[in-house]
Amino acid sequence: MTTSTERLAARASARPVARRRTRGTPATWVRRGGLANLLFLLPLLGIFGVFSWGPIVESFIIAFQHTNFVVTTWADPFWSNFQYVFNDPTFWLAVRNTGYFAVLALIFGYPVPLVLAVIMSEVRRFKGLFSVLAYLPVVVLPVVSVLLWKNVFYDAGATGVFNTILGWFHIPPQPWIQSTATAMPSLVLEATWAAAGGTIIIYLAALTNVPPELYDAAEMDGAGIWKKLWHVTLPSLRGIMLVTFILQIIGTSQVFLEPYLFTQGGPVQSTTTIMLLIFQYAFQSSDGGSNLGVATALSLMLAGFLAVFSAVYFRVTRSWSQN
Amino acid sequence: MKSPRRSIILAVAGVAAASVVLSGCSSSGGSGSNGKTEIVVASVQPGASAESLAAFQTQVKTFEKKNPDIVVRGEEYDWTGPTFAAQLAGGTLPDEFGVPFTDSKTLASNGELADLTPYISKLSYYKKFNPNVISVAKDAKGHVYGIPFSPYAMSISYNRADFTKAGLDPNKPPTTWDEVESDAKAISAALPGVAGYMQMTSGNTGGWELTSAAYTRGGRLETTASNGKVTVNTDIPAVKESLAYLAKIRWTDNAAGSNFILDWNGINAAFGSGKVAMYMSGSDVISSLVQNDAVDPSNYGVTTIPLESSAQAGVLSGGTVAVGNAKDSPAQLAAVTKWIDFYYGQPAINKAAAVTQAKALQSSKQVVGAPALPLFDAATAAEARSWIAPYATAGLLDNVKPFTDGIGKQPIVPEPSRHTQDLYAALDSVVQAVLTQQNPDVDALLKAVNTKIQPMIDADADQAALK
Repeated sequence: MTTSTERLAARASARPVARRRTRGTPATWVRRGGLANLLFLLPLLGIFGVFSWGPIVESFIIAFQHTNFVVTTWADPFWSNFQYVFNDPTFWLAVRNTGYFAVLALIFGYPVPLVLAVIMSEVRRFKGLFSVLAYLPVVVLPVVSVLLWKNVFYDAGATGVFNTILGWFHIPPQPWIQSTATAMPSLVLEATWAAAGGTIIIYLAALTNVPPELYDAAEMDGAGIWKKLWHVTLPSLRGIMLVTFILQIIGTSQVFLEPYLFTQGGPVQSTTTIMLLIFQYAFQSSDGGSNLGVATALSLMLAGFLAVFSAVYFRVTRSWSQN
Repeated sequence: MKSPRRSIILAVAGVAAASVVLSGCSSSGGSGSNGKTEIVVASVQPGASAESLAAFQTQVKTFEKKNPDIVVRGEEYDWTGPTFAAQLAGGTLPDEFGVPFTDSKTLASNGELADLTPYISKLSYYKKFNPNVISVAKDAKGHVYGIPFSPYAMSISYNRADFTKAGLDPNKPPTTWDEVESDAKAISAALPGVAGYMQMTSGNTGGWELTSAAYTRGGRLETTASNGKVTVNTDIPAVKESLAYLAKIRWTDNAAGSNFILDWNGINAAFGSGKVAMYMSGSDVISSLVQNDAVDPSNYGVTTIPLESSAQAGVLSGGTVAVGNAKDSPAQLAAVTKWIDFYYGQPAINKAAAVTQAKALQSSKQVVGAPALPLFDAATAAEARSWIAPYATAGLLDNVKPFTDGIGKQPIVPEPSRHTQDLYAALDSVVQAVLTQQNPDVDALLKAVNTKIQPMIDADADQAALK
């Protein structure tokens, strides 16, 4: 408690002393260009209001309604849309699938950019070339890359690219996205490939900020490459890693593109994620969106969960990133 | 220094420009300044060729010449569940568009379609409609919401070249499910990597085709009791046989290829690219195959779906209803009905209209003579076909003969009527299970479908009772 109060006090004292403004009348406000400022702000407010805040407010309302866009009634009981979600076995399946995707992405997807960035920062020649190669998948349009992987790499026939490569090592063709067991790992593999480049660039930028004296000092103390990595590189990246970690969790909780384009949630719902379920509730019912209320309810639940998770995460990790 | 006055003018102009842009987002037409009625109508499917768009434009010009007070603007349109719901939500549906037979009644009852009764009832052929067909465009009170067009029956489409390569006669397509299986086996053996026979599995189409397969074995997935209560039961022998049949082609014959997540577009593309040799499809799919998947009509064959000996065995049939936008003005709805009459109605009953349409399609290399079911009676349909025969796509009338010769003898069965898309979506998973797992618990999966759909149907019945 004391520490946080001290910290606040320290922060306050660090602020430059602001010149206290005299309170003006509306006339002086206008004379100082307040009206023009407001008018310039209006398009921004309008656009944010219409396209961001409006829908957010409306989603709170729709979550408690039954609507088919023509006839709208309040849900009865009021929380029935939320009740529907909890009673739907597919919801729990989607939670499990999303969790599975997140865990796989964390185990395989999270360390890959870090390892690659560290290796690339050590490489002295062709550094630019490696950066370009790593970032290239991010430049490819996501839909294009998914279709490429789906139809060319993941072709489950013996002539598919990956299966041909496996064939060189006498490994039989794999079903990739055509089997309940391998579909989700296949999605994670592509997602990792597609997203790694962006995170690598962030790590590379952070690595250039590590003072070289630290490495020199470590070398003087007789540290080898692993010790330097462990005692200098990783601690220097800790702040960035904490941010990329939470961004990854939020990103994987909202995974939609891969399951939608690769498998439409199949085979046998093995890749139905929460976002895909929201989409199915909203748009795949018999009368064009009568489940919109349920879809919105689930969206709110996901947003609420992520908000709470992020808050807890930052609270818990605050001391780690500062020490 | 910047002048505040100038800033204000710029800001006001910015806001005004933004509001003009925003107000221009609506896709619906309206009354033009010159007193003409503007309507936006569904034209071709997204991704269709330039020729098909040109054929459509020719039709628009003909229509506008006949109706100088109406301006028609075409908009690419393709009914899919998700896009339709989004367009409905966003208010961006055209003034005229198509909805499938399965959904038209529900949408009409929900007030999501325009009531066209005053306009359609004046059409000369209104009373000639086959009552079973026009009923899909009516709500419970008997109001009419559109006119049905291009009714289809489920059929088997096949690649004639693949038949020849596998040593089969493309003029003698399979007539029983056993023959479908043996032909599929022969094709996959002769052409490695090609699926001899396949069905759709995702985007609600897996359930659609499983239902069709069950119909051919005498099964019904929804039954209506004498008191009107609808019961869904997918856990029936006909469904299980259909699933076992598919599993056999996949696991025993190894003739289903290697891609088991195929929706309507996906399987059409796979057929177009030669990865699927034979598949279950609507009888009119050739038009889309030519427009979107570069299929050569002379290499295309279609035959009737095999029916088992059960007295209940029948062929699933569906179609599209041309409807109007619920938000339109009476003047627009009158114009929409004129367009529907011109574009969908007249070619079925009027020789001149049929010939004009066939010529427009022919000159732009579109399919003329795709097999369809009769809208009115069989004699009218046969007559209409004879009008367009001289313009029919080369070889197509011969290639579709196995279907057109056989379809008259097949009993037609409509699709399940309650929560059809939900039922189909739930069945998708079961179809995928038998194709991707060696021995899935089919009984449990089908029971789960029943438990999922029945409450939806019951909830509707409860609501109706409250009203």
